[in-house]
Amino acid sequence: MWGIVGQRACRHGSSAMSLQGTRPVIHALRSFSTAAKEMTVRDALNSAIDEEMSADPKVFLMGEEVGEYQGAYKITKGLLEKYGPDRVLDTPITEAGFTGIGVGAAYHGLKPIVEFMTFNFSMQAIDHIINSAAKSNYMSAGQISVPIVFRGPNGAAAGVGAQHSQCYASWYASCPGLKVLAPYSSEDARGLMKAAIRDPDPVVFLENELLYGESFPVSAEVLDSSFCLPIGKAKIEREGKDVTITAFSKMVGYALKAAEILSKEGISAEVINLRSIRPLDRATINNSVRKTNRLVTVEEGFPQHGIGAEICASVVEDSFEYLDAAIERIAGADVPMPYAANLERLAVPQVEDIVRAAKRTCYRSSSLAATA
Amino acid sequence: MASGVITRKSGAMMATARYLTRRNMTHGGSCCGNHHHPPPFERKKQQSCSRSLLGFWRFNSTKASAVDVYSSDEDVTNTKHHQGLDFPGGHVSYTHSLNFISKSSTQNRVPCYRVLDDNGVVIGGSSSNISGDLECQIQQQPLISQQTALKMYREMVRLQVMDTIFYEAQRQGRLSFYLTSTGEEAISVASAAALSSDDVVMPQYREPGVLLWRGFSLREFADQCFGNKDDYGKGRQMPIHYGSNKLNYFTVSSPLATQIPQAAGVAYALKMEKKDACVVTFFGDGSSSEGDFHAGLNFAAVTESPVVFVCRNNGWAISTNVSEQFRSDGIVVKGQAYGIDSIRVDGNDALAVYNSIRAARQMAVNQGKPVLVEFLTYRVGHHSTSDDSTKYRPMDEIEHWKVTRNPVSRFRKWVEGNGWWNEDEESELRSATRKQLLQAIQAAERTQKPSLKEMFSDVYDETPSNLREQQEQLREIIKRHPKDYPSDIPV
Repeated sequence: MWGIVGQRACRHGSSAMSLQGTRPVIHALRSFSTAAKEMTVRDALNSAIDEEMSADPKVFLMGEEVGEYQGAYKITKGLLEKYGPDRVLDTPITEAGFTGIGVGAAYHGLKPIVEFMTFNFSMQAIDHIINSAAKSNYMSAGQISVPIVFRGPNGAAAGVGAQHSQCYASWYASCPGLKVLAPYSSEDARGLMKAAIRDPDPVVFLENELLYGESFPVSAEVLDSSFCLPIGKAKIEREGKDVTITAFSKMVGYALKAAEILSKEGISAEVINLRSIRPLDRATINNSVRKTNRLVTVEEGFPQHGIGAEICASVVEDSFEYLDAAIERIAGADVPMPYAANLERLAVPQVEDIVRAAKRTCYRSSSLAATA
Repeated sequence: MASGVITRKSGAMMATARYLTRRNMTHGGSCCGNHHHPPPFERKKQQSCSRSLLGFWRFNSTKASAVDVYSSDEDVTNTKHHQGLDFPGGHVSYTHSLNFISKSSTQNRVPCYRVLDDNGVVIGGSSSNISGDLECQIQQQPLISQQTALKMYREMVRLQVMDTIFYEAQRQGRLSFYLTSTGEEAISVASAAALSSDDVVMPQYREPGVLLWRGFSLREFADQCFGNKDDYGKGRQMPIHYGSNKLNYFTVSSPLATQIPQAAGVAYALKMEKKDACVVTFFGDGSSSEGDFHAGLNFAAVTESPVVFVCRNNGWAISTNVSEQFRSDGIVVKGQAYGIDSIRVDGNDALAVYNSIRAARQMAVNQGKPVLVEFLTYRVGHHSTSDDSTKYRPMDEIEHWKVTRNPVSRFRKWVEGNGWWNEDEESELRSATRKQLLQAIQAAERTQKPSLKEMFSDVYDETPSNLREQQEQLREIIKRHPKDYPSDIPV
């Protein structure tokens, strides 16, 4: 549905989205047609970056292995060949270096897309992201804008251990001046990547390694090169009336599976795909909770000071009277990610955890405060 | 390009590579052609070959095949001389001697370039050229014109006066913070004089002389220091964090050395634009310890970006003396390690500063590559108004640099020696500047502070709805409880 949105509307972020006047009715009809095509998230990202690089010569790519190696996860495949080494830079191994260079290039008006092999490595460059990219526009009073995109896989993969598995959503989302996006489907990947590249503010784009290979149906709308999603709007992936489940990135898939299981037990869950962590679409979340009166937040990252904590605070502040049950917060275990497969499985939320949490909010099982 | 080749002649490197072995030497054919090589069984230990062995040949392949080392027209298929090995990165000669390249010496430091002696007289009476060691096509540099010299001198004086007055204002409690450029006036002003207005300057924080040269007014300085509504920074930053898009001077940012890799990025953008301009970034001796220094220089060299890295080595990073900051011979020796042409200059000699920056700029722009300039100088003032440097260094050391080695008076001597300046003009300039500054401070102090909405603007390109809501809420609260808030906030 959001595929209708035109490019101009993308830049308005969380301010009121106006659909009228941006696209004629005929496009609305087109988006309801059944999507014949499927696309992997990898291809979605690749095509989005390719189209934006083609449309705007200021856009360029930087990162380790993005060029000759076609990208550590093949997201930037074919781009070096197409755009040449001036616009696809294989960098030396200095996160601080290439992030600093990217920020400098953005200061001067280019639009860099900086890839971190994983966001775990972004910590070596985090000063440039927070103290330079995020704050420059404010500290310079608008004289220095930073139209940069930082992208890469975030969160847990499979069997990669503690230093390759942390989720950085809440780290970056707590910083004013940044925008933080987390796509789930191919439609999200395309639309949000395009929005991020076009946005004049610095954007942290959190992908997920395990989602790269997953295929999703994409409509003709989504495949159009002008397709763009608004930053700051969540998507209701599945409507429901008994409990609201919020999730982002890979956990959206888990939440949808959980909703399927719950529906067989007579619980109708509404699944919200956050898409945008900062700005957070509090309106959509609160409207949903006011409808269902119950909330389960799901995230892969550590629980303390996480996204669920922020959503919980927002709902308690704005919709307290509407809650019929305590809010349930599903998150990863509060430990550095272990490597052994069995331990790793225990450290990340599973579909069953979400199902049980939803049931607890519906009083269908006893509440166990400390366990999922 | 083969990075193993020594393209920058360096005495130290030559010395260690002198000992070559000829183990696999096959008989016949010439090698370097400069001297006779006996057949293997008669060879003497440790032949030293001439410079041409290490001459300028380039190598693209890393195949382990035998290779003719010399750039002669000899039939390569004929005789193979294994003078070295191919490794990733290029061809490398080998040696049997277990010699370590010695660390940079404190006895035998890289010399610094200067034009004027301590009395403001041109050394040797000759025109100041850059000596031919550097790979550059710099024409003979004439000394600067009277007009430029006078403008440079005036701005150095104004900088001195500005520093004195603003420092006093902080001490009186009218400013929260200030930091001076005392002792380093030549560096910022003369550098700026040697650049074009299109050259992008990314400062650290001790270079307001660049802004003065480019036309930032005393009032504009004062507005930023007082954080009033006329401040281009809208009161967002501490004093001395000046910035001006119009003058191509990036807003000062507090974390050290972040501007170094960012400068490489801006230079990359300039190169893509094919602009006749370069980036000049300043940093201190302390900042060269930051990881960003390494990353920035390395990167600029790899991406071949037109950036001039300027290090103000003033001996002190707050209370940390250079001997506690690094053990290298300053910063100039580090440039070579990254593949960057470098020079060390007497930073208290305005003419040397001017000439070296002019040359560096030309190299950067014409050859599309980074250059490193190290200015040796001394931080006469305290690090900032939050510091009292007499606690960690001797007073007489400070006095010596303040008086005997003063860059402003040294340049004054040269300017006066040319008959371009005199005592009357000096006192006229100083008192006029002082008066203008006092007026600027008074006016800036009285100007209204930025309004409430400037607290919430510029976080993003467009103010998002949640911030607009917060702004409204805050406005309401202030209206309802005015006693709890300062009365001078325009709401």
